[in-house]
Amino acid sequence: MPVDVDIAYVARLARLELSDDELETYRAQLGVILEHAARVQDLEGDPHVEATHTLGLENVFRDDVVTASLSRDEVLAAAPEARDGYFVAPPALET
Amino acid sequence: MTWEPVIGVEVHVELSTRSKMFCGCAVDFTSPPNTNVCPVCLGLPGALPVPNRRAIEHLMSIGLALGSEVSSRSVFHRKNYFYADLPKNYQISQYDVPVCRGGHLDITVDGETRRIGIERAHMEEDTGKSTHVGLGGRIHAASATLLDFNRSGVPLVEIVSRPDIHSASDARVFAQELRGLVLELGVSDARLEEGSLRFDANVSIRPAGSTGLGTKVEIKNMNSFRSLERAVDHEVSRQIGVAESGGELVQETRHWDEEAGVTHPMRTKEGSSDYRYFTEPDLVPMTFDDAWISSVAATLPELPAQRRSRYQEVGLDGRQAATLAESPPRIRQVFDEATGLGADPTAAFNWLSGEVVSHLRRAGLESEELHLGGAELFELVTIVEEGLVSATAAKEVLEGVLTGEGGPREVASSRDLIQVSDATRIGEVVDAVLTANPDAVAGYRDRGEEKVVGFLVGQVMRQTQGKADPRVVNELLREKLASQPGGTPATG
Repeated sequence: MPVDVDIAYVARLARLELSDDELETYRAQLGVILEHAARVQDLEGDPHVEATHTLGLENVFRDDVVTASLSRDEVLAAAPEARDGYFVAPPALET
Repeated sequence: MTWEPVIGVEVHVELSTRSKMFCGCAVDFTSPPNTNVCPVCLGLPGALPVPNRRAIEHLMSIGLALGSEVSSRSVFHRKNYFYADLPKNYQISQYDVPVCRGGHLDITVDGETRRIGIERAHMEEDTGKSTHVGLGGRIHAASATLLDFNRSGVPLVEIVSRPDIHSASDARVFAQELRGLVLELGVSDARLEEGSLRFDANVSIRPAGSTGLGTKVEIKNMNSFRSLERAVDHEVSRQIGVAESGGELVQETRHWDEEAGVTHPMRTKEGSSDYRYFTEPDLVPMTFDDAWISSVAATLPELPAQRRSRYQEVGLDGRQAATLAESPPRIRQVFDEATGLGADPTAAFNWLSGEVVSHLRRAGLESEELHLGGAELFELVTIVEEGLVSATAAKEVLEGVLTGEGGPREVASSRDLIQVSDATRIGEVVDAVLTANPDAVAGYRDRGEEKVVGFLVGQVMRQTQGKADPRVVNELLREKLASQPGGTPATG
């Protein structure tokens, strides 16, 4: 059963600007993926089977110990723009 | 129509761990910008976060103190949003399986205790700090944003109340109570001015007596208890205004403008789908067994609410109990020791909250430097009760004790403050005073002048250098005045 996707909404959530052709392509592709997911969900079996973590590990922690940070020059060297030790970003725009 | 405000408060508590939540960078807000950063808290590709065990235990202790249930299993989620203070474009947070669920916090207002439900308490990471520069530094008029990621990744606990609060002042008291709790637990320095404690409030209104929930508005940017109360107050009035003028309230986030004293719309409230939550694949699940939970529970100190009720049980009134509960540990220790020995709780409280506190203030001392033990306070209270020293002289005795002259009895005697209660000795002085003041005696006897008694008491006190027990003096004076030759007993 095909799954209907509001692809324009999904694109907006991800802040993606897509052309009408692209929207149509992704709508179809995402629909197929979700259709598959829906089939998997319909499978009978233990619904509590771990599906989000597959490593079989739990409780991996670190002690509250301070370790060395990076040098600031090195850090800011990777920034498109820096000033007085700060990263500079475009002004905050409310959406 | 009368409206009932329905308020929920969200409190963000920055934990005072040494290192950040998911990396070993130092938590230190005095460092120059971008010096406590690494690939993890800068969100560089390939970095692997590992949770700080102490932060998780701090959250457990907050939850246990709130009576929450610590989940047997909990996972982290990514909360996606677009803002420059989050270099990863998502915040590691928790969604449907927080570490702590449920619980409550009791607040007491005007002697009445109300229970505010807790929805959840979860673990997340703080964002970087952005400074908007340009026209006036205001967010809507900024020309650039400067970013410091020293705060990025600092452990942050979010505590969400149920919508059980029905007034702006209760919202403030709830936030204050919660601050007291995290301070007592020692998990945060809870400094509002430094942003280590921050509040948002969800406000709606409904017709009084109904039980549904109205359209919820989230208000942000309150950075003091006072501004929390003002902002909620303003928002409630605004909503009532809209409702009563036939307008429609929209679900949105509003920004509190402290100077103008109003809220402004900020952005349309995101639904959770906007955040596109999904399980954080880089972090494995956490499980909490009874052994771990009880080992954290065993470290919990006595909490402010428990302490207040204990003080009320020993005999303080609500106000005194609240004052003492908020006093520094040393003051409370002296109180506990003195009353444990049998000192009258009200007397012990009055000394500590009055003379002792003002002595510390005058001398510029911290309470830990207080030169007064519980046994000495007990002795001081006792010698006043016994009538060994007068209430006035007791202040001098205390001063001597606080400046290291010795114990209360010792100081009373070395400073010659012991009160004379011996009726024979006082009687002699009374007789002499009466003989020396025939006019006053006549005034009382013939015209019933009550003020004469005060005058004569004063004379006796002067002659005894203030050491006579005023109760005995009063009694003897009245007795002797009444039996003066030709005297008619005056009755007030």
